[in-house]
Amino acid sequence: MSTNTIKTTKKDFTVEDPVKWCAGCGGYPILSAIQNILPNTGVAKEKFVFVSGIGCSSRFPYYINTYGFHSLHGRASAIASGIKTANPELSVWQITGDGDSMAIGGNHFIHLVRRNININLTLFNNKIYGLTKGQYSPTTPKGSKTKTSPEGTIENPFNPGELTMGAQGTFFARVIDNDLSMMKEVFNEAAEHKGTSVVEVLQNCVIFNNKVHENIAGKDVKDDHTIYLEHGKPMIFGKERDKGLMLKGNKIEVVRLGENGITEKDLMVHDVENPDDTTHYMLTRMTFPEYPVAMGVIRKYQSTVYEGALHLQIEEAKNTSKIKNVDDLLNSGNVFEIE
Amino acid sequence: MSKQKKVVELEDVVVKFAGDSGDGMQLTGTQFSDTSAFVGNDLSTFPDYPSEIRAPQGTIAGVSGFQVHIGHKEVQTPGDQADVLVALNPAALKANMKWVKPGATIIIDIDNFDNKHYKKAGFVEDPIHDGTLEGYNLVKAPITNLTRATINGLDLGIDNKTADKTRNQFVAGLLYWLFNRDIKLGEEFISSKFKSKPILVDANMAVLRAGYNYAETIEAMATTFQIKPTKGRKGKFRNITGNIATAWGLVAASERSGRSLFLGSYPITPASEILQELSKLKSLGVKTFQAEDEIAGICTSIGASFAGCLAATSTSGPGLALKGEAIGLAVITELPLVIVDVQRAGPATGMPTKMEQSDLMQALYGRNGESPCIIIAASTPANCYDYAYMAAKLSLEHMTPTILLTDGYLANGSELMHIRSVSSMPEIKPRLVEDNDSEYEPYKRDAETLARSWALPGQEGLRHRVGGLEKSNISGKVSHDPYNHQKMSEIREEKVQRVANHIPEQEVYGDMQGDLLVVGWGGTYGALYSAVKEMQDEGTSVSLAQFNYIKPLPKNTKEVLGNFKKIVVCELNMGQFVNYLRMNFPEYQYKEYNKIQGLPFMVSELVNKFNQILEEK
Repeated sequence: MSTNTIKTTKKDFTVEDPVKWCAGCGGYPILSAIQNILPNTGVAKEKFVFVSGIGCSSRFPYYINTYGFHSLHGRASAIASGIKTANPELSVWQITGDGDSMAIGGNHFIHLVRRNININLTLFNNKIYGLTKGQYSPTTPKGSKTKTSPEGTIENPFNPGELTMGAQGTFFARVIDNDLSMMKEVFNEAAEHKGTSVVEVLQNCVIFNNKVHENIAGKDVKDDHTIYLEHGKPMIFGKERDKGLMLKGNKIEVVRLGENGITEKDLMVHDVENPDDTTHYMLTRMTFPEYPVAMGVIRKYQSTVYEGALHLQIEEAKNTSKIKNVDDLLNSGNVFEIE
Repeated sequence: MSKQKKVVELEDVVVKFAGDSGDGMQLTGTQFSDTSAFVGNDLSTFPDYPSEIRAPQGTIAGVSGFQVHIGHKEVQTPGDQADVLVALNPAALKANMKWVKPGATIIIDIDNFDNKHYKKAGFVEDPIHDGTLEGYNLVKAPITNLTRATINGLDLGIDNKTADKTRNQFVAGLLYWLFNRDIKLGEEFISSKFKSKPILVDANMAVLRAGYNYAETIEAMATTFQIKPTKGRKGKFRNITGNIATAWGLVAASERSGRSLFLGSYPITPASEILQELSKLKSLGVKTFQAEDEIAGICTSIGASFAGCLAATSTSGPGLALKGEAIGLAVITELPLVIVDVQRAGPATGMPTKMEQSDLMQALYGRNGESPCIIIAASTPANCYDYAYMAAKLSLEHMTPTILLTDGYLANGSELMHIRSVSSMPEIKPRLVEDNDSEYEPYKRDAETLARSWALPGQEGLRHRVGGLEKSNISGKVSHDPYNHQKMSEIREEKVQRVANHIPEQEVYGDMQGDLLVVGWGGTYGALYSAVKEMQDEGTSVSLAQFNYIKPLPKNTKEVLGNFKKIVVCELNMGQFVNYLRMNFPEYQYKEYNKIQGLPFMVSELVNKFNQILEEK
């Protein structure tokens, strides 16, 4: 699809009507990053479709100048699957939130990922229900006090990356809404990936969950509390670039370069394309403070795409079947002529 | 030694095959039906199978049946009661005794009629000797033993357990003799059915002949029957079930409209065959998507419709309930979509393999908000083809979802369908837009139908957004304006009402006025028609109006209802259509006849009821 022939600019994707997220909402930089990278895909502006469910994130299709479908709570994965299967020529993007895709749409989410339909899914994870004003979501950290958990939640949160790996996902990345260049880099890769790409954006909700990601992604701490993974590079992090990840047995450990004779060569090297997702899974599960939180593209593995396989079956049937039209069908098998 | 054949001519005959659910009764029933169609008989069939796949052998729960009604005269139903019952075990006999005519021929596999099987079937006494079968022409055939002996004689290395699976062909052989059918037709059926397994062709053919030869030699089958070809029928026909006809009607509409067909669906009894059949038709460009649940079934279809496909979803009552919110999305986005509901007995899981007409109110009103759809009901297995086609046509031309109601009885029952070329079907004109049409606005409407246009993603110069939030008329922008919402609600309803200008007027079978109008809708047509016809033939003033278009109702409905002294509305539910008529035409008095047993109407019960109503003051 990315035949860089058609020129568009960010302006082609902006809308005249006002964007109605709260001032300071993480949605703005995400929108900007996506509008920024769409021209890089080389896809004609008419061929983009943005599909969403319900929630703050899901207002997105109104804010981008493409074909759009603002559907039902949780159902965007299914709607998007239908669009992409019906017309594989389209570049289909799903915009969703942690309530929309991890709670009410959880089933559709895992089945989209399992089928590996070429859809770019952006998950705004602010770990709270914003549009309904502050109830906990499936990704809200355990113990959080919210409107529906005044004594703290007693539920274990979902990690979207774990779900993606569990559903045999071929692409998973994590970014943070305060890092525009990271988002652009990752969205470019997601757009390029053939198959379902899941990008989890750690998004701030200024009203109901302000600074929820601050302890890992705040400007002062993020170099030490996160690790940006890059394909083919050793896993190093820290303001001083002095820490790294090492595999000891079957466990990842944080090590200091220079300590106990550890050098770069001892560190894990990121391989996004590894068919075996074991390491990707482990990286996805790293949580602060034991680990830095993994950011960037964690898995990008090329596998069979659903709509491509379906297309092949249809072509094969068209070539081999004697039934070329409905009249052939009506007259096939046992037909009785009565005179 | 072959005996002298005595041949009796019959106008019609009803044969019921019954055995364990693994005994191949459906196959033998189909084989016998196809042969009958081949020789020019009219027919109607109905399988009666349990929802358990293989319930314990020999028990009532495991009995699987197949009824076929064949005629020299026109046949409209699978028949109230059987003239011939084949029962492969005591449970099959017990389950079907009440559906057998007095004096019928009952063929049993005597090898299975022993104390062990009686106990499993729940017989306290031996039914052969306790008088249960007195007055019937009982044929005690040693089907199991003769089948095994035939197979063993072939020396193909087939064990008894496998041999027993060919007993259905012994039964077929008996019936080919009994009804003077050319056994070659049965052999051809076997050859084509088992063409990839030559050993099974040999085995089944040998058993078929063994059954035929056995019938020829026994005294109990001295009288044979003949049903001459049906008169007044010309052309090409095929035997088709409602589910297959539904699937084909959708493909025909796809071809005629030039929009490729997409079916998003989740397997559910009794609708699964629609998904199965369409998944076989990839050579016609059909895309089927077996979704993770009912909701994804319809939502993928809504997506496909947005992208420009003729989109459909197939389900039964429980699935229709789950799809409710998404149907509302198709209503508010004003996208074409066909929702097929093959109704079954409810509520909840209910009786999945049994028929009922109890989803009518759900189809009409089972959604949040004011959410009108076009509602159509097919009335025979073969016309599922026509009504699926019309559902697609109306949906595409009026840009609104259409619910097609069939039921388990139509879906699995079969009859002969007259084959017509797709080019003879009415034209379908989807409301497509040219690229860069500067006049295009998402909710701009056709002045006559109020349908909006259908601009497809990928088209240049037509970028727009749809969604579940209320939209401004014409511009399609999100709107919470109170007056706009009222206007849009009225437009969506009016758009559906105006479909009445594009559907045929309601037909009446019989005189346009008289003493009694029988009203039905959907799948009860065969029984209602047969009952009304029988009474008309006796000179009674009774007519039938069988509705296929439910919403909107045909324009002449009021006129039809107003011309009769009495009206009785017959339904397989507790009175849903009658209440819909009461709401729309409160000026008339309606009597009702409701049955809710998971069973179709019997012609005899209807005739009794109608006579009783006519006698009432």
